[in-house]
Amino acid sequence: MKQPFPFSAIVGQDDMKLAMVLTAIDPSIAGVLVFGERGTGKSTAVRALAGLLPPITAVTACPVNSADVKDCPAWCDISDASVQSIATPVVDLPLGASEDRVTGALDIEKALTKGEKAFQPGLFAQANRGYLYIDEVNLLEDHIVDLLLDVAQSGENVVEREGLSIRHAARFVLVGSGNPEEGELRPQLMDRFGLSVDVLSSANIDERIEVIKRRDAYENDHEAFIAHWQSEDATLRARIVAARAALADLQTPDSALRRVAELCIALGSDGLRGELTLLKAARAFAAFAGDATVTDDHIRKTAVLALRHRLRRDPLDDSGSSSRVARTISEILGH
Amino acid sequence: MTLWERAQLAITLLAIDPQRLGGLVIRARAGPAQAAMLAAVQALNMPKVKLQHHMTPEVLNGDIDLSVSLAERRLVMRKSIFDCAPSLFVLPMAERCAPQFSARICQALEADLGHALIALDEAAEEGEALPAALTDRLSFHVTLDDLALQDLTPMTLPRAIEDIRAAVRGVILPAELVQEAVTLAASLGISSLRAPLLLGYAAQAHAALHGRNEVTDDDFKLAVMLVYPHRATRLPEDPEPEAQPDGANPPEAAQEPTQAKPPNDLMIEAVKAVLPAGVLTQLQSAAKQPASGSGSGTRRKGNHRGRPLPARVGPKNSGARVDLVASLRAAIPWQTLRKAGNPKAMGPIFKASDLRHKRYEIQSDRLLIFTVDASGSAAVARLAEAKGAVELLLGEAYARRDHVALYAFRGTGSEALLPPTRSLVQTKKRLAALPGGGATPLAAGLVAAFNLAVQERRNGLTPTLILLTDGRANVALDGSNDRAQAAADAQMLAQKIAEAQIPALVIDTTIRPEKTLQTLAGTMRANYIALPRSDAKSVSAAVSSALAQS
Repeated sequence: MKQPFPFSAIVGQDDMKLAMVLTAIDPSIAGVLVFGERGTGKSTAVRALAGLLPPITAVTACPVNSADVKDCPAWCDISDASVQSIATPVVDLPLGASEDRVTGALDIEKALTKGEKAFQPGLFAQANRGYLYIDEVNLLEDHIVDLLLDVAQSGENVVEREGLSIRHAARFVLVGSGNPEEGELRPQLMDRFGLSVDVLSSANIDERIEVIKRRDAYENDHEAFIAHWQSEDATLRARIVAARAALADLQTPDSALRRVAELCIALGSDGLRGELTLLKAARAFAAFAGDATVTDDHIRKTAVLALRHRLRRDPLDDSGSSSRVARTISEILGH
Repeated sequence: MTLWERAQLAITLLAIDPQRLGGLVIRARAGPAQAAMLAAVQALNMPKVKLQHHMTPEVLNGDIDLSVSLAERRLVMRKSIFDCAPSLFVLPMAERCAPQFSARICQALEADLGHALIALDEAAEEGEALPAALTDRLSFHVTLDDLALQDLTPMTLPRAIEDIRAAVRGVILPAELVQEAVTLAASLGISSLRAPLLLGYAAQAHAALHGRNEVTDDDFKLAVMLVYPHRATRLPEDPEPEAQPDGANPPEAAQEPTQAKPPNDLMIEAVKAVLPAGVLTQLQSAAKQPASGSGSGTRRKGNHRGRPLPARVGPKNSGARVDLVASLRAAIPWQTLRKAGNPKAMGPIFKASDLRHKRYEIQSDRLLIFTVDASGSAAVARLAEAKGAVELLLGEAYARRDHVALYAFRGTGSEALLPPTRSLVQTKKRLAALPGGGATPLAAGLVAAFNLAVQERRNGLTPTLILLTDGRANVALDGSNDRAQAAADAQMLAQKIAEAQIPALVIDTTIRPEKTLQTLAGTMRANYIALPRSDAKSVSAAVSSALAQS
């Protein structure tokens, strides 16, 4: 299997890359929605993310990647407490996946061969403590979206069917990508994504040429290309790990909280979720930048990402929510 | 280079590098040309797999193979249709491909399995087109409609195709050609970055075909002719403003963007030479309405898939489909017990009570066809208010996830401003840009709306017609300015709409309610609402309640 295209080698698309890095620093930001035109590197970035993320330690036999044997769900009956380091799971939720496949269901093999009722974990279990990626998220069947909404909210997958009664942790960062021309996203699902990015293909000829050149190098000079960019990826990974550690000691002054609240009120974003996400994103960004305190600057850099999909949606207002957020930011925070 | 030679070249290049080139769109109606092309495709030394539109997710994604599992008493999975050696997938009637299906194909093409796709585009009607996600990933596009029978010569692949295949990855693409590819794409209005990539691959394949290890200008030009023309969204009339990135891109201090040189005229000529005549006019109209993509909402069906409900117990009616997996699941927990009662039985023991039936919940999507009178008389009176009312309705349509289509009639005929879509932002843009003025060809507007309603009903949508007019029809169907004839034509169409049982709603935009329009609404069996002399909100409220009743 060929190595995925390295994350650091993606040209431009800084917002998208920043959003993904922020979720890697603080997974509770809970997701990135990447909407944009075709051929802008949406899926490339997500595939690259898998190579970038720091590994996690998980109980070897645990189907839901629990960190500690006491977190393992009771039904999987694990006695072996040994842990191993595994790559952060990045699980693909394919379009057309069945409900059974997503939530898990009766293990037919065990039922057939041994006549016992066992649970076969699904994608939600695999994605626990990692990422769940949905390409073309706007084309996802409604009944899968319903499942997703519930699990993304509660962090727990509950299966009550076929005489099974199973629950397990399912906390993951949701990454969705799609092309808005093919259909819109339900507002409820949109809300579950912490950050949202609008990707456009770059209008800069030089950048575009660079994209083609790197792609060419990736195809034709694979080893050298990967070796070169893997070191960049390693640097970025080290920064992410450092930022995670710094997050705990990060000072969040009351003035920053006030700023965030002011912004959200001025924008009329629904609920408190926007405020919370913006705060988390700003903190993650401050930690990533190596600063000790959250400042207006951090809020300014992350507000569009965290809020642009949360404005009270007027489907007919086409002035673009990004520009609305940007305008309000400059009103509240000054330039 | 003739059309057929170009088609053959496309297939040869595809044979050289199927994985990176992705595939080929063949636009032709079923006929000798398409058959010859498919015969040519046979020359490709790859297994061929035909895709069908009714393939279920189980086939596409793989699932439990029940019969084998039961026979062998162990779990046997059936592989996904894409899970095989590098193959050539053939997708007939690709223009009818549902977005979910095309998305799955795209994912398979990108999964690095070495698959390629031949998409047969048999689009006949305007608005039918391949999903843009597919055309973006397939390098080539050949239109065979203008081929004569004598042109069709059998094709042969170069003999040492394996050697060429091995050599293609090593072909060097000079940096200035990369730049050329990108500039050319920008000047043709191709925004996807896949296009220049595919162009590079095609040029490399062509160079390898001729035993070169570096791409020459000739290779490049041929590749341009194969990859770019069908992607172009505009022609570079004046390359200067396009070459310069616009103001949205702030100049970076550290890195002065190289002055993008205008693309090579020769290349643009090459693209122009390949463009069929009709495409040029399409380009020009596209330039007026810079909307990207066809909006796949056009072809979406409402009834062909439903939300599967939990399978139900009992064979109540013989027509219901047995849900095998669910039945099996119901039976399995009992097997050990039943085996104990009947130790000699082979395989699982089923009882009638285990049977489960498939159920789907089907909800037909609604299509609101707005037919707006933009004539001078209406414009003077209430066009602005009518627009406001429509906008509010659109907001509600959005909330209910209805599809919306927009027609306007004025002057001598009607104009489709927007085919059925869910993209309300587009609808609003088109509506806002709608000019007013001219005569009132009410009948022409009704014809357009009626045809669309009938067509989309076939596609499984539930159409509702919303007519906003002042009812002062003064242009007849034949285009003459005969008031009496115009009124008669409108009545005749209203009759047809009533006969077709299309739910309709007539909104009177005059200041004083018009008697003739009330009669028309009566004939149409439509709800009639006079636009009260008040704000758009109350109209919207009136319409919503009328719609709720209908």
